[in-house]
This record gives sequence, structure tokens and C-alpha cells, in this order.
Amino acid sequence: MSPFAVQLVNLFAAAMLLLAFAMLSQRRILALIHLYALQGLALSASTVTVAWATGQDHLYYSAAITFTLKVLLLPWILHRLIRRLSVKWDVETLINIPTMMLVGIVLVVFSFNLALPISEFSRSIARGTLGIALACVLLSFLMMITRSKAVPQVIGFLSMENGLFFAATSATYGMPMVVELGIALDVLVGMVILGVFLFQIREQFDSLDIHHLEKLKED
Amino acid sequence: MDPLAILLAVPLAGGFSLWALGERDSAPEINAAFSFATFMAAAWLTEDVISTGPITAFHEQFFVDPLNVFLVALTAFVAFTTALFSRPYMRTEREHGRMTPARLRLYHSMYQLFTFTMLLALTTNNMGILWVAMEAATLTTVLLVSVYRTAASLEAAWKYFILCGVGIAQALFGTILLYFAAERVLGPQGDALLWTHLDVVKHQLEPAIMSLSFVFLLVGYGTKVGLVPLHNWLPDAHAEGPTPISAVLSGLLLNVALYSVIRCKVLAEGALDSRFAGNMMMGFGLVSTLAAAFFLSRQRDIKRMFAYSSIEHMGLMTFAFGMGGPIANFAGLLHMTVHSLVKSAIFFAVGHAAQKAGTQVMEDIRGLLRVSPRVGWGLMIGTLAILGMPPFGVFASEFLILTTAMREHAWATPLLLLALGVAFAAILRRVQPMVFGETTLRRLPYQPALAPVFIHLGLGLMLGLYIPPYLAAWYQQAAKLLG
Repeated sequence: MSPFAVQLVNLFAAAMLLLAFAMLSQRRILALIHLYALQGLALSASTVTVAWATGQDHLYYSAAITFTLKVLLLPWILHRLIRRLSVKWDVETLINIPTMMLVGIVLVVFSFNLALPISEFSRSIARGTLGIALACVLLSFLMMITRSKAVPQVIGFLSMENGLFFAATSATYGMPMVVELGIALDVLVGMVILGVFLFQIREQFDSLDIHHLEKLKED
Repeated sequence: MDPLAILLAVPLAGGFSLWALGERDSAPEINAAFSFATFMAAAWLTEDVISTGPITAFHEQFFVDPLNVFLVALTAFVAFTTALFSRPYMRTEREHGRMTPARLRLYHSMYQLFTFTMLLALTTNNMGILWVAMEAATLTTVLLVSVYRTAASLEAAWKYFILCGVGIAQALFGTILLYFAAERVLGPQGDALLWTHLDVVKHQLEPAIMSLSFVFLLVGYGTKVGLVPLHNWLPDAHAEGPTPISAVLSGLLLNVALYSVIRCKVLAEGALDSRFAGNMMMGFGLVSTLAAAFFLSRQRDIKRMFAYSSIEHMGLMTFAFGMGGPIANFAGLLHMTVHSLVKSAIFFAVGHAAQKAGTQVMEDIRGLLRVSPRVGWGLMIGTLAILGMPPFGVFASEFLILTTAMREHAWATPLLLLALGVAFAAILRRVQPMVFGETTLRRLPYQPALAPVFIHLGLGLMLGLYIPPYLAAWYQQAAKLLG
């Protein structure tokens, strides 16, 4: 376990956190997809680093799955989707980006506090990054809450899953293979179903604005 | 041949073959036949487990003990009767122009796959696969909730997808933490997520990690149980989807989600050596029971009202399992059984009633007894049963839960009684004019399937009067497993 590898993992973790913040404030859908693909790249790079530094061979497979799914396949599906839904150049109006950034910072501090006592138990070389992983999850959560268009919500959802995978490699050396494969399958099937679903929504409402989807109220 | 393999293979094969066959006139019968085969396999498996004790299979990846085998049998049974109910129901929907051949094909195929995901979640020994199966259960039903393609159904399905997706993501984080705690004791890879192994070493798991893990797991799977305040998706999904789906969501999926919570609770309780996990479940359960009782008194849509009633009952079960101990666990398991039987029977009757009225708004459904006495009586008896009138099984289990609560947590009893009272008044006031009085309802093109309604209610009645000794022994064993 060279200190160099630890530094490298921390670097990729920082990149993931930075990308999570960038996604929070990004208004263009196309750019959002690029940011998502970059986050997937940072995730697979950090997984490869951990695999190389510790000799955990199964992590190479894990990184390969991440790379194919999150850097190639899902962004490709998303690209096709926004082209066929013709929302490629959509710009969302986001109010209060500075406030959102501040809330995001609070979330990061909260995550680090929550993760600190626990990460001390970890034997993984990436244990310092558990806080970052939790922060990524919560930031994607925040992104989903604040978006009013369907596609950015979906991207927020997928990016939350990135954070969870990152948590799995930073707390332990990745989940058992069969579980990782199952999760990957679920994400892929979920993406396909969401695609179908977006077309249904557009057909019904002529728009992908989810303000149309707030009619059912508690009464 | 292994009954477990058949149990899982049949619905999986059913899903794909119903998709491959496409929509044809006999599809509802094929669907019911697959469900019947699944039920037979479940009965065989139950027989095996009763006679030889808990079994593990496929390198311990699957595990069947008295706790989950009873849920497997219940799930397969209700899935079969719901398939019977859906035959005339879906044909009528097609006649009314709400279903097209393409949508029926999707419906039948997804129905089988949904059954598969629930059975996989119940029988798997791997906490990671449990998560995968729970997520897959959402995925298979989301397109069924939106199958009518109305604005309201699309909204309901979107909410269902996003809320359950986010919820289940929390459960994945919980599972990761669980693996983290387990890996320190059991070593990396493979075995560290197997529940049987975890159960053996649960006292050695690191308490700090396990408490955080349980919080995430409870919130995650609790979203699918419909615990307040994570319940928003549930009434919408029940009200806007087709009625057979409402019946299996309420009667089965909520049970499976609660089962996942219970499995996690056993581990957390062992690791923490305190009542932290139980107390959290009691809190969530109590809030859900109370809030749902007050929400349901304000509903106008009949399926929404009974959806809130499901939240109320799930809250009650969560409370019972949170209390723990042999009697409360026994009552929780009994309540799980009778609630799924009775609630799905109610949804069957409600489905036919809503079809006759052409609406789900309760004010427009009047005088069911005049048009079809059997649907009317089915709804009335079902309602009395779910409200906890003796001699039905719900009365027995609620009585046990309340008396245990009185002894161990006296402060909670008035709150529970208040919730049950409010629900009783609200539901009976709504249902009574729907059943009695003058009518404006029409006849249906297909004879409604009422056998499932009365079989379920008969079983609910039987469990209130007499629990067969082997069933009682089985509940007691399962209750003991839960500690």
C-alpha cells in the first residue's frame, strides 16, 4: 500500500465530489450528461487504483462493469433519449444556485461527521473517502429535489448510484461480485424502463416538466 | 427435482413465455396456470420444510426457514387467487376500452416477473440479492401502475419510481455498511452477506456501524413498507394502477418489504445489545398507524381509502415486531397473514364494484346489494373483517398486539386504540351506503370472479376461530427465530 496510491484515490474522490457540485449547478441537459459520464470515469479510475494497490483482482471486473455501464452505455442511452425527445438543448432555470451550493457544503460537513467514526474501522486504503461517498449520495439527492425536469432528475438518480458504488469501494473492497452484477442489471433495466416512461409522459403532457405531475394531493 | 428451483423457475419462465406468446384470448388462463404451478411448488416446499426443517441450497445462496416459508406459501397463494380474479376483471377492462392487447401482454408478463422477484426476495440468503430483488419488484410494477396512461396514473408511477428508487438507494447504503461490519468478522467476499452466517456472528458485529446501517435499512425498506412519512407513493400507486396490482401490492409486496426489515432487525438487535432497533420500529409503526387512520377518513376514492388502511395495518405490524417477544411476534405474523388475505379480498370486491360504477369515487357507488349481492356482501364482510370485528383473524391478532402493548408499553395503547377507532368509524361510514341503498350501477360483460373473495374471507374467518395446530406451531417457531 504505497502512499502514492492513497493520494491517487483521494484525488479521484475529490474529483467525484467536485463533479457532484458541478452537476448540482449545471443547467444544460447535454452538459449534465457529460458530467455524469466524467463522474463514472473518476469512479472506475479510483476502483482500478485500489485494485492495483491492493491486488484485489475482482475489483478490476468491478471497474470494468462501471466503465462500460456508466461511461459508455448509460450516457449513450441518455444521449439517444434526449435527441429523440428533442430536449437536447434544453436549459433549465435554476433559482438560487449560491444557496444550493451553501446547502451542499453543509451536507458535505454533515457527511464527514457521520462517516468519521465509522471509517476508522475500515482496513481499506480508501477509508478516508467514505465521507466523500456519502456526500456524493446526499448531493445527488439534493439535485433530485431541486430539479423540475424529468431528465435531470433521472441523472440525479443515476449519480446517486455512483456515490453508493464509491461507498462500497471505500468502506470495503467492493461488494461480492454476484451482488454487483445484480445491481448493475437493476440499474440498466431501470434506465430502459425510465426511457419508456419518459416517452409516455411526453405523449400525455407534451412536455417533460414534472410540474404536471403534482396533481395528486393528500386530501 | 428441487421444489425451491421449481418455485423460482416457474414464474420466471412464465414471465418470458407470456411475453413471447403475445396477447391472445387464453393469456389470462395461461397466467393463472403458471401461478397455480408456483403455488403447488410453494406447497411442496412448505411440506419439505415442515418435515425436515430449514434448508439451504445452491452454495447457501438460498435459505428457507419457518419464517420465510410461511410468507412464500402466502405469497404464492395470493398471487394465484389474484390471477384468477384478474381473468374476468381484465377482460372487462378490455371491453371498456381501458386495456389494449399490447398493454395486456405487458400486464401478464410483468405479473409473473413480479411474483418471481418477491419469491426471490423471500428465499434468498444473501442480503445483497435481497436488495436487488426488492429493486426489481419496483421495476416490474412501475409500468403496470402507469398502464392506463392517464395523467394521474403516469404521475402515480413516476412518484412510485422516484420515491421507491431513492428509498431503496438508502437501503443499498445500509447494505454496504452491513457488509462493511460483516467483512471485519467473516472476511471479504462471498459469505459475508449471507444471512445465516451473519446470524451466527451477529454479536461480534461492530455496534457503531450496525446502528447506522440499520437506520439506513429501515428508512430504505420502510419506504416500500409505506411507513409514514415515507408513504407518499403508496396511495397513488394503489389508486391509479389496475386493481389486481393494487391487491398484490397491498397483500404481498408490503409484506415482503416488512420481512426485509425484520431480517435486518434481528441482526441489528444482536449486534447492538440494546432496544435501539426495536424502538425505532415501534416509533415508525405508531406514527404510521395514527397518521394513516386520520388520512383515510378524508379520502373520497375507494382504492385510496383502502390503501391508507394498508399503511395503518403495516404500521401496526411494524409496531408489533418492534416490541418483539414471542407473543408480539406471533401476533405480527398472524396479522401479516390475515391482512394479506382480507385486504386482497377487499380489493377484488372493490375492483368489481368500481367497474360496475365506472368510477372509484365513493359517493357515486351506491347500492351494490341490489345489483350484485355477492360483490356487496364480499365488500361488507371484508370491511368488517379488516376493521377487526370478531370473529375474524384480524381481531385475534389486533387483540394480541394491544394486550402485549398494554403490558409492556402502556403509553402506546391509547394511541393505538384511537387510531383503530378513527379508522373504524371512517371506513364503515363510507362503505355502508355503498353496499346498501338505491343503485345506479350497471351489469358487467363478464361474470365477476368471486370465489377468491370468499375463499380469502373464509380463511380469515378460520384463522380467527381456529388456528390449526401445525400452523400455530409454525408461527411459534418463526416468532422464536425473531427473538
